[in-house]
Amino acid sequence: MQQTIRAPEVQIKEFPLFEGAQNYERITEQITRIPMERHPLAWTIMFGLGFIGATSLVMALAWLLINGVGLWGINQPVGWGFDIINFVWWIGIGHAGTLISAILLLLRQAWRMSINRFAEAMTIFAVMCAGLFPLFHTGRPWVAYWLFPIPNWLAMWPQFRSPLEWDVWAVSTYFTVSVLFWYMGLIPDLAKMRDRAKTHLQRVVNGIFALGWRNSAIHWMRWEQAYLLLAGLSTPLVLSVHSIVSLDFAISIVPGWHVTIFPPYFVAGAIFSGFAMVLTLVIPFRILYPKLQEYITMNHIDWMAKVMLATGWIVFYGYLCEMFFGWYSGVQFEQFLVVNRFFGPYWPAFWALILCNGIIPQVLWLPKVRHNLLALFIISIIVNIGMWLERFVIIVISLHRDFQTSAWGMYTPTINDWWLYLSTIGFFVMMMFVFARFIPMLAVAELKELWYRLYHGHNGHAHAPATQHAPAPQGGGQ
Amino acid sequence: MAHADTTPKLYGLMAEFETPEQLLEAARRTRDAGYRHFDCYTPFPIHGLTAAMGVKEAKVPWTVFICGLLGAIGAFTLQVWTSVVDYPLNIGGRDLLSWPYFVPITFEGMVLAAAFGAFFGTHIYNRMLSYYHPVFNVPQFVRASTDRFFVCIESKDPKFNRDETYRFLQSLNPLSVVEVPE
Repeated sequence: MQQTIRAPEVQIKEFPLFEGAQNYERITEQITRIPMERHPLAWTIMFGLGFIGATSLVMALAWLLINGVGLWGINQPVGWGFDIINFVWWIGIGHAGTLISAILLLLRQAWRMSINRFAEAMTIFAVMCAGLFPLFHTGRPWVAYWLFPIPNWLAMWPQFRSPLEWDVWAVSTYFTVSVLFWYMGLIPDLAKMRDRAKTHLQRVVNGIFALGWRNSAIHWMRWEQAYLLLAGLSTPLVLSVHSIVSLDFAISIVPGWHVTIFPPYFVAGAIFSGFAMVLTLVIPFRILYPKLQEYITMNHIDWMAKVMLATGWIVFYGYLCEMFFGWYSGVQFEQFLVVNRFFGPYWPAFWALILCNGIIPQVLWLPKVRHNLLALFIISIIVNIGMWLERFVIIVISLHRDFQTSAWGMYTPTINDWWLYLSTIGFFVMMMFVFARFIPMLAVAELKELWYRLYHGHNGHAHAPATQHAPAPQGGGQ
Repeated sequence: MAHADTTPKLYGLMAEFETPEQLLEAARRTRDAGYRHFDCYTPFPIHGLTAAMGVKEAKVPWTVFICGLLGAIGAFTLQVWTSVVDYPLNIGGRDLLSWPYFVPITFEGMVLAAAFGAFFGTHIYNRMLSYYHPVFNVPQFVRASTDRFFVCIESKDPKFNRDETYRFLQSLNPLSVVEVPE
């Protein structure tokens, strides 16, 4: 029994997805009560900090619009600095949300049910932050509509053969589909909030956004069909988005960018950094809202850490491939790039990247580390930093010394670069806490369905007890 | 006016159950008893419930498919028309009809249109945004989103008869059977 391949449901019984005695009432109450009751003091503090960041973002953008992108450290030859680094970093973070909500749904990974709502919210806010950077990097964001095929007085159309134009389509489609997918899953839960509301205002507001959902079986059927199809659409979408982002680089002839491995390597990096961000957020949220600990168990945390470890190795394999291609290409510029990464003026960034993404995550092999929340939190922050450094290494080191030595240069970010970047983190934090305040953080209907399937389904109990201890194993496979 | 009928019209009769298994059995028996206009209400999607009710439908998947197809055709046509006909641009000496370069946006157009189809299709078929519905008149119906499972046989069903249907629903061994006023 131990060594044979087991149905996912049976495996789940050995690694419980719920803690404590649960029933439908308890699952609903625990999660929907959070937005309806007074929030903890820590919420106010964190929201306040985020709000300061968001305000600072508005000021940074205003200052930028007044003065222009000359405020930034970008120059010739490094025309892509923090703006593109931060864009790729944020969009990569967003990808874990779609991976959890769509790909793990298609792979029937039951553990996704506890974290998908949360991770999807993270995706939406991360993509919002990501979109700002290229928008303002254009220098004239007020004519950004030129990027879309809108008939205009110039009688001009976008250049559809450019990966930068593909990016516009990929990112805006990704944002739209992520919002639709998220809202689709949210509607039944908003109806639950409406039905359990304690004040008239809660009832009316949740009722309006629940669109009149009444839990009809026929509605559920269409909802499930659409939800599964959205997952099926989001899966290739998320792969396409980061592949297209990588083509922004790979289609050029710049040494270090013109590499065929870029699309899969970028996607793996996105998932790696995204899972790191999910852990960075989930660990403090579990402490802030202890009710979540019954649904986001240590098993969930353990699996997320394992996904991080696995994708980290794919990313590290990408680094090794880049070095191999550099040598094997026989092109002196490519070979120089590898040497320049190791020993050039930006060597600290490169070696810090190897340390953050390659070496430190290896401690995740130890189960003890995967069950130590503080250690995991620190590692997740390190991975976030490492993935940011990866984009710095790819963009700045490749650009600053390419073909002609006479065209070499250096890039130093200015205070305005840092101001804008750190402000987006503040905005992101604020949005996550706004989300926690008003919206059920876990997908209640999906969790109840999972609980029913795991502990009550297909065993013929006509009158299952109303409360059952979740981890009770129930024999072999189905 | 004195003789006007003031009793509210009956939307249907609703039976309440405690577990999904009981509801599945009730749905199957309601179907077998010859009722066609009835619906179930559950806090979460229950596998096999619509099959037990005898409902089979693939409107949403077809909508998504057609929207996706139109999205792909639309995005590809847009690129070909603008890049070849309306504003031909020589980019590195490539063919004007450099179709491999149009694949990414064609794909994104397909996904975007299909996702809109899935979202709006579902809600249009479900007649969402109709905030009033007779089932909400039943006090215990709020538990349909928490832990109770309901069957409602509607009065427009040709087989509906207030007393007979009431007795039929009682025979399913529910927690309660109530009238749903229009």
